Amino acid sequence: MTTALRRYPVLIALCIAALFMVVPFLIVAINAVKSPTEYSQNGPLSLPKGLYTTGLKDFWERVDYGQKLFNSVLISGSVAVLAAALSVLNAYAIGIGRIKGRTWVLAFFVLANMLPQEALVYPVYYLSKQAGLYDTRLSVIIVFTVIQAAFGTYLLSSVLGQFPREIIEAARIDGANKWQVLWRIVVPVSRPTIGVLLVFFFIWTWNEFLLPLVMLISNDNQTVSVALGVLQGQRLMDATMTNAAALLGVLPALVFFLVFQRTLTRGIAVGAVK
Amino acid sequence: MTVTVERGARTGGGQPPAGPRRPRTRDSYALFLLPGFLAFTAIIIVPFLMNTGVSFTEWQGIGSPKWTGLANYRDLLDDSEFWASFRHSLFMVVAMAVVPTVIGLVLAAALFDYVGKHFGGKVAAVLRACFYLPQVLPIAVAGIVWSWILAPDNGSLNELLKAVGLGSWQQDWLGDPDIALYSVMGVMVWVQIGFPLVVFMAGLQRVDPQLHEAAELDGAGWWRRFWHITLPQIRPEIYVVLTWCTIAALKVFGAVYVLTKGGPGGATDVPSYFSFTTFFEKTQVGYGAAISTILTVIILALSLILLKLQTRSEEGDRA
Repeated sequence: MTTALRRYPVLIALCIAALFMVVPFLIVAINAVKSPTEYSQNGPLSLPKGLYTTGLKDFWERVDYGQKLFNSVLISGSVAVLAAALSVLNAYAIGIGRIKGRTWVLAFFVLANMLPQEALVYPVYYLSKQAGLYDTRLSVIIVFTVIQAAFGTYLLSSVLGQFPREIIEAARIDGANKWQVLWRIVVPVSRPTIGVLLVFFFIWTWNEFLLPLVMLISNDNQTVSVALGVLQGQRLMDATMTNAAALLGVLPALVFFLVFQRTLTRGIAVGAVK
Repeated sequence: MTVTVERGARTGGGQPPAGPRRPRTRDSYALFLLPGFLAFTAIIIVPFLMNTGVSFTEWQGIGSPKWTGLANYRDLLDDSEFWASFRHSLFMVVAMAVVPTVIGLVLAAALFDYVGKHFGGKVAAVLRACFYLPQVLPIAVAGIVWSWILAPDNGSLNELLKAVGLGSWQQDWLGDPDIALYSVMGVMVWVQIGFPLVVFMAGLQRVDPQLHEAAELDGAGWWRRFWHITLPQIRPEIYVVLTWCTIAALKVFGAVYVLTKGGPGGATDVPSYFSFTTFFEKTQVGYGAAISTILTVIILALSLILLKLQTRSEEGDRA
């Protein structure tokens, strides 16, 4: 009885809390389409009178935003695919091969995943300079492939550890070698988990800040996160530009969120249910 | 964004049946580990060892490092900036682990018990999505959004306070050394809250509804059921989220870089930002390496605790 009476107040309280979470996005959206004069006259809280897109266009051209988007997609996409492949290979040996000392190998990957990037950043910066890879997108792809694969190995190993062994035994008896078992059986069957990893790796790499900030200094190579972070750090943007930057930064994240929402929740379920 | 709690990670695994043919086939799987082994050696192990080695030297990034033993660590103990940065880390742990876990628990239970059961899973899913949204946002973008909202002149928060007649509460939220740290903490709560919420909501699905029904029949109110049934049932998730978020809090860098650059006057400096500036602005590479090594030791210790908790909760599940 009391539960029924309290239902609506609780719902309303939760809606207000949820609104508080999304209000910053709404404020950014309404201010990104205001003209500078309108902004200075009416402040940030008024609704826009029309759609003013010059600010967005100016910002897009000034920072060459298309190039930044391309860099981010290229880096995040490559890392997602390569890190998933590396994770599959590692997890195949640990989860299905059950190699000797696998507990230690797995513990190593977990710790590698936990390692703060601050403890790697200077040597990585120094070594990449020595190798002639400094300020290239390739360097960031290589580093993040390994960092993300640490997590992927950890997750996939536990999933493959429960892989039905009869299927593998049957294939082996039919004469399939280890590679064939991997590509024809293990990978197709584990596709849902690998899909989750691809999405996570993509978004995580997209959001990475410290290492790309150090490694990518020229404008042509920078990712969205780095370019926006550096601009903000220089404190050179006026209100209109800040809002344009914020809106253009939020939009891709919003798109990923809507596109991948089911995968994201499933991914969390994969981990939590097991 | 940190997601997923793999409580089930089967680090131990079951022993495979021992057969005469077994060992040979098993070991040749090690070949599949070769690319991973090489990549991890080059990208993680070698840089990590280099960093640790450099922490015992004095080095400007060029020329050869000069061995100084523990001098960097001794200097750190007397460096008030260093202690301040770790003190601020504790504030970050409160903002990114303690507060989000507590709020996340209440929100998850309320969403699950009230909204999910009485208004349908759709409504609960939409609300959950709202809370989770900041987690997919690049921290650099979140920083831009908030530093503009918290701006002293014409910032939305100050404008809002003026509009509702609380003009005297206006502050230079990120520029006042007494307030900046709390402002950053507030932003971090906003960023972090979705993670515990989503993990706890997934965990709540394991709780047997009959327990709640029985307790409700016995006259237990919502808070009592929350305290005596919900909390103990999802204790493994709580431990894991707390440890995971604590590690994230110790690593926090992007938010500080974008919001305050550690300022004003070092009021929001954190270890990772401190090591970053020591590396790349002061180019005292040895000193920076010592800072990051200490940070690493703390984080690895916490990680070992996390692993312990996970294996223990896994054993608890089996028992």
